[in-house]
Amino acid sequence: MTTPLLAVRNLTVDFGDHPAVRGVDLDLRRGETLGLVGESGSGKSVTALAVLGLLPAAARIGGSVRLDGEELVGLPARQLAEIRGRRIAMVFQDPLSAFTPVYRIGDQIAEAVRVHQNVGKAAARSRAADLLDLVGIPDPARALDAFPHEFSGGMRQRAMIAMAVANDPDILLADEPTTALDVTIQAQVLDVLRTAQRETGAALVLVSHDLGVIAGSADRVAVMYAGRIVETAPVDELFTAPRHAYTLGLIGAVPRLDGRGGPLVPIPGRPPAAGELHGPGCPFAERCPLVEDRCRTAEPQLAGDGDHLAACVRADHLAATRPAPAEVYPVPVVPAAEPRPREEREGVLTVTGLTRSFPRYRGTLLRRRIGETFAVDGVDLDIRRGETLGLVGESGSGKSTTLYEILKLAAPQGGRIELLGQDTAALDRAAAHRLRARVQIVFQDPAASLDPRMPVGDVIAEPLLAQRTPAAEARRRIPELLRQVGLDPAHADRYPHEFSGGQRQRISIARALAVRPDLLVLDEPVSALDVSVQAGVLNLLQQLKAELGLAYLFVSHDLSVVRHLADRVSVMYLGRTVETGTVERVFAAPRHPYTRALLAAVPLPDPAAERARPRLLLAGDPPSPAERHLGCPFRSRCPVHTALAPEQRTRCATELPPATPAAPGVDHTAACHFPDGA
Amino acid sequence: MTGYLARRLGYYVVLLTAAVFLAYALTGTALGPRAYFEAKQPRPSAAAVDRQLTALNLNDRTPVVERFATWADGVLLHADLGRTIHDTSVNDEFGRRIWVSLRLLLVGSVLGMLLGVAAGAWSAVRQYRLSDRALTVLSFVLLSTPVFLLALLLKNGAIAAKNAAGHDVIPFTGYETPNLSGGIGAHLADWGLHLLLPTLSLALGGLATYSRYQRSTMLDVLGADYLRTAQAKGLTRGRALIKHGLRTAIIPMTTMFAYAFLGLFTGAAFTETIFGWHGMGEWFIQAVNEQDVNSVVAVNLFAAVVVLAAGFLADALHAALDPRVRTA
Amino acid sequence: MKVRDQGEHNQGRGELREPDGTRRRDRETGPWPASDGDPAQPTDQRAPAGRLRLAAARLAASRGALLGLIVLVLLFLLAFLGPYLTPWHYATPDYTALRQPPSVQHWFGTNGLGQDVFAQTVRGLQKSLVIGLLVAVLSTGLASLVGACAGYFGGWTDRLLTFLVDLMLIFPAFLVIAVISPRLRGSGWIAFVLLLAVFNWMITARVIRSMTISLREREFVVAARFMGVGPFRIIWRHILPNVSSFLIIDATITVGGAVMSEAALSYFGFGVRPPDVSLGTLLAAGAGDAPVFPWLFYFAAGLLVLFVLAVNLVGDGLRDALDPTATAGRRRPRKTVTTSRRSTR
Repeated sequence: MTTPLLAVRNLTVDFGDHPAVRGVDLDLRRGETLGLVGESGSGKSVTALAVLGLLPAAARIGGSVRLDGEELVGLPARQLAEIRGRRIAMVFQDPLSAFTPVYRIGDQIAEAVRVHQNVGKAAARSRAADLLDLVGIPDPARALDAFPHEFSGGMRQRAMIAMAVANDPDILLADEPTTALDVTIQAQVLDVLRTAQRETGAALVLVSHDLGVIAGSADRVAVMYAGRIVETAPVDELFTAPRHAYTLGLIGAVPRLDGRGGPLVPIPGRPPAAGELHGPGCPFAERCPLVEDRCRTAEPQLAGDGDHLAACVRADHLAATRPAPAEVYPVPVVPAAEPRPREEREGVLTVTGLTRSFPRYRGTLLRRRIGETFAVDGVDLDIRRGETLGLVGESGSGKSTTLYEILKLAAPQGGRIELLGQDTAALDRAAAHRLRARVQIVFQDPAASLDPRMPVGDVIAEPLLAQRTPAAEARRRIPELLRQVGLDPAHADRYPHEFSGGQRQRISIARALAVRPDLLVLDEPVSALDVSVQAGVLNLLQQLKAELGLAYLFVSHDLSVVRHLADRVSVMYLGRTVETGTVERVFAAPRHPYTRALLAAVPLPDPAAERARPRLLLAGDPPSPAERHLGCPFRSRCPVHTALAPEQRTRCATELPPATPAAPGVDHTAACHFPDGA
Repeated sequence: MTGYLARRLGYYVVLLTAAVFLAYALTGTALGPRAYFEAKQPRPSAAAVDRQLTALNLNDRTPVVERFATWADGVLLHADLGRTIHDTSVNDEFGRRIWVSLRLLLVGSVLGMLLGVAAGAWSAVRQYRLSDRALTVLSFVLLSTPVFLLALLLKNGAIAAKNAAGHDVIPFTGYETPNLSGGIGAHLADWGLHLLLPTLSLALGGLATYSRYQRSTMLDVLGADYLRTAQAKGLTRGRALIKHGLRTAIIPMTTMFAYAFLGLFTGAAFTETIFGWHGMGEWFIQAVNEQDVNSVVAVNLFAAVVVLAAGFLADALHAALDPRVRTA
Repeated sequence: MKVRDQGEHNQGRGELREPDGTRRRDRETGPWPASDGDPAQPTDQRAPAGRLRLAAARLAASRGALLGLIVLVLLFLLAFLGPYLTPWHYATPDYTALRQPPSVQHWFGTNGLGQDVFAQTVRGLQKSLVIGLLVAVLSTGLASLVGACAGYFGGWTDRLLTFLVDLMLIFPAFLVIAVISPRLRGSGWIAFVLLLAVFNWMITARVIRSMTISLREREFVVAARFMGVGPFRIIWRHILPNVSSFLIIDATITVGGAVMSEAALSYFGFGVRPPDVSLGTLLAAGAGDAPVFPWLFYFAAGLLVLFVLAVNLVGDGLRDALDPTATAGRRRPRKTVTTSRRSTR
């Protein structure tokens, strides 16, 4: 074993009296990739920032960080600045706010070059162009003159990586580099990171909350919890034989694209907030199913053999027995869903040929129309009682617009919406108001979807009052609803900020259930939650569906979650439905090349499987919905299209592919001229 | 960018037209020139008053829209702002006074803004230190002192200094020493000295306002991600602060500039009156008391144009500083 | 669809990153605890009333605000109890004492008519305070109504109201009030209050408008719309409570601004007129004699500055205490914008 390039020993960070990092040891060897994984508040980003001394002035850093033997903690600012960007470079999470908005991309990259290298303006600029080329930005010479806001998210993150590798650093710190991105873009960016690492030979620290991303990219993994590393191991070992109960739970809580249905493993409780106080024992003890008395008296230290260390008193037990997550964690029993076959169930929502475009204007007072954005351009949906339809698509694909069009309960711009047997175009005001009670929505961000100035009891009663339920009766229903979603009815007079994210999402669900709807529209209901908490909410949704006979329209960008929860799935691209069918069929044998690419882009939380499967990267960003596309809208990025013979391509370029079933009578359609490839 | 500015300019022209009409209608109905003539000694006959009013386009028996049309005709076709109530040309008076006011407005606003921005940025970087606290106290006291009071205090100070010294230390009336002999240098020095107190009473208020605002935008920027990125690249904190921080924190000040100009005009009117400058503000107060409709409208027009010009300048600065609005 | 804000006066409303950097939230939602999870117990045991107590504690923690609050209380006491402390009536002359400097008899001296300056000053202070409070209440109410409607309804409502606001902003309010006020000579100071309020709400309305636009797209408002809650009910139940912090702060600072405007306009003879007494009329009467008879001018001037200063300090402290975007002494640096209210000074 060589001496480590970067050696972190007993690193501590605290903000005033809140310790955020409580003694972290890490070794990073030349050229390797270390995955640092943890939920929000675990201290993983703070650790990364502390290495570079980039924390706010209020933070106090203790311990030691040595780069090639040179101590970085306490180094004078000027010398530290010498090392930043040259030896250690950083890629940040949100590239829009990480670039200075008023300078051109090229100038910002050239600045990074010129800080450390004595080169002229022109040389720095041409180096910047080379770097943009390296990270795969088309037409780098022109891209140099773009401002950050003119780039798409994926392009910005590429440029961020280009800036980080400008001085051939020894170490790249990537802090959640793909969190804000769509899966296909995430796959591209991870690929660029690998390229950059290969070109520069740098070691990479990849900070992420996503086990899938870590599994696919890291050589070694360190799992953080409550400001400490609780387990570290080579990636395969960590995923196959975790020795800390928390790691085991995390693996069990992630829905898997290749996995079968059935309940997920929720970890009870919630991760502690950064710096939250706890007793002398193991910080995970409260949530741990394997907890013993001695766990509560002293915090276990990292221990183990060779490369695999765990801070758990039951580590040997776990190493020896290798239990599955569900064998350790209590798993709720989810009652069986609707038994009747699909054909016999009545329709809840039928959407055919839905279109919605927005005019684009310029000017404030004297506005003129300069074009149209075709947000939804042909969407078909079909939901029957007691079933879940997963609506999948990347940002900008028109998912949210589709939802809003449905929920407006008015005549759509184009196409037809039939809700519970009623055509929304034919509704009068009173009928529309009554129908509102039967379809309810749960939003993505539980912090934003509850009015912070209202007690949760009032929040839950609001839809009832809007339906002119007498106030007394509305109040009576509040405890019952809170109980139904697993909350304490005594908390009805508390305000939303007093609840955690998962609890707030449960409150949203209770509010939606108040008027006894038939259809629940779930708009990314778990994407703002931590993995260990997400499992509990997903299980609740399944349970409610079975108990109340609800139908769900479940919108998500996360295919694993859809795979887990939905009965049928509908894939959208650029405002159109491109593939529909039962979950089993679509996930096992996708027919549209876009669906295939989406599925291939989802990282599996299983290193062996992730390595084994073929890569299928989509090129570029989705085209702008501001232009109408003749022919197939996907053809600009379609791998099948590129492999076609020229005469076949004309068909894609001129003819909009209709949705065709895989076989007569089979619930699986795709809008592609060549579903079987070239 | 030019498209954006052209659209803003178009909007301002619409606003200006509507505003001028409203100002005319308001002044034409609220003021009573008839009473002014009727109060003359010896009292003129009703017919004579009527004739005189009609000649000046001030007759309240003519519908105000019609009077406005006549007035607007004059303005648009002959660049003629009409006659004062003393039957002299409004244009002449306007021409005499405009430079007096503009001198005060320009020097006062630019000085206030530059000092304020510098003080605010410095204060933010030195947050909670003694210099920041001292500046905070000073700006709070200044913000709590109305401009007219500040002007009165400065004037009283100058009077006290004169009484103590036995001669003028700093001039506190008028904008130049009458019949001053000497070369151009002496004249410039005299001008500068006369400008000192009125400009100070305007600029100090601006200094306080701008510095508070700049301090807060700068503090916002201090926590920004891109400042961290700049340091992660290897820039020292100081360089990152100036090159990336201040440059971005200055953008919101353009909006502030437009708003501050609104108050500045009023402040200038007070200052002029107190220091005996024969500018637009003093003219306005005099004209209102004399029921001189056309003069009041002329000052209103001047105010609207100045405010809109400041707004347009702010838009142009904003677009020049912030690439994000250029495409808007 | 996101509505683009014109960027005006929308000061730094961005997002706050948790130290861990994984979850992002809009800063307007408030200082949420940085945790996510699923316990049966809430993460935070504060009772609902705790919000108010927290704000009070944060207000008390600011030395400036506390000082301002004490000064304000004392000035109010002086204004309303002061007349009972002196045997002199503000209008009744004492012919034995003309232009006398402060003495045991006349605490602040007397003016040229022999009126007691202390009695006049407390009387003027009282009038100025009442005017300031009324103007603040009226103009903040008007601003929230117009701003919330323009922001919430959008479209032509917004365009018309924005045009109105821009139009009213072009003219310095002083010019308009000066032209109108001679007409209102007979209707006393209440008409003057209305006039001040009518020309003082525009900038606040703009801020409320842009805050409403961002609130309108927030999920809890969208959720209420989808539940079938009517627009005015949404404005009343969801929008206004969520901008209330700003409204309180703004109203506070408006009190100070209105008192300054009153003084300035009265000084030039366009505001309160004798025989009514306000700080402005006192300053107007005393200004000419100030170099020789300072007590005629400086008591009123000092009280005016002291009052506005106290109001500004309290407003600034309230901003720190109520406005979640200004987290004093916490993670974000302290933020202190003093909204400029210089329009009619």
